[in-house]
Amino acid sequence: MSRRGRLLLFGCAGSGLLAVLVIGLHGLPPFGDFHGAYGLLVDRLEPGRRHATDIVTALNFDLRAFDTLGEEFILFASVTGVALLLRHLRDEEDEPPRRSVDDHRFAGASDALRLLSLILIPLLVSLGVYLALHGALTPGGGFQAGVVLAAGPLAILLAGRYLALKRVAPHWAVEALDGIGALAYAAIGLGGLIFASAYLENFLPLGTSGHLLSGGMMPLNSIAVGLEVTGAFLLTWTEFLDQDLLVARGEL
Amino acid sequence: MTALQAVALLLVVAAGTAIVFISDPLRQTLVLSIFGLTLTLLFFVLQAPDVALSQLVVGSVGMPVIILAALRKIAQHASARERHEEDGE
Repeated sequence: MSRRGRLLLFGCAGSGLLAVLVIGLHGLPPFGDFHGAYGLLVDRLEPGRRHATDIVTALNFDLRAFDTLGEEFILFASVTGVALLLRHLRDEEDEPPRRSVDDHRFAGASDALRLLSLILIPLLVSLGVYLALHGALTPGGGFQAGVVLAAGPLAILLAGRYLALKRVAPHWAVEALDGIGALAYAAIGLGGLIFASAYLENFLPLGTSGHLLSGGMMPLNSIAVGLEVTGAFLLTWTEFLDQDLLVARGEL
Repeated sequence: MTALQAVALLLVVAAGTAIVFISDPLRQTLVLSIFGLTLTLLFFVLQAPDVALSQLVVGSVGMPVIILAALRKIAQHASARERHEEDGE
């Protein structure tokens, strides 16, 4: 197709899209206008029903706990897929790739960067633990805790120490975290089936609102999801970085 | 809309546009990370701290790390292929 023809086609399609967009945007409620009866209802309901003060966590781990189960296993399945694909590329060897002294540090990590990551690691880990434990109280919860916790070991890589990262988070441990977290969430749900009325129904004492141990099974769920997400992210990152190492040494 | 929200929105627009106009994938990845940070800021001023926390790590660290590793692999592959072709001739 000639340049002229393409421009003509784009003009027709573009103006059509613009017209539809203008009509659509015109009908939108104004910025910040909120019509969600469901949101208001949940805001009212959850603090009394489950003694939770962070409603987002209450939604994830109580009202929509089953959706979260599905999301857990979406993450689990996709990370397993990544691991399977990338391991196939390194000849399906179970052993992690052989290491030499060169792998000890990626080039380019300055002393300042090392110091910064040294400061970052304890901060990230403690923030992650805080987020996991306070899921039902303050913004945060399992997923947020998991990604923050996984970023801690990643800071070791920033310091240029890939081997140290592998020592802190070896493959077997990361895989175990991923699996145990997913299993634990499903198992907590079974507790609801046994001790309460339905799967994932709360069966633990609710505690005092605002205390660390409140919200029934939410803290447990939060920790389980935190473990799984930490494992999932670390596994993805180390699989990709292993590839990198193999390529750098010409083994792929 | 408060001034803070407007500023956060503008920052997102600026960072997003910058990504489109940068042609070098390596630089693009770094700007993508900054874009993630501006989105975090936006979610935060729109009073969604839970989403902001996830976005902070996933958008500004998690995704760029994977893209960087992939870029490095592509570059190494390309140079290996070039060497191979030179040997063949």
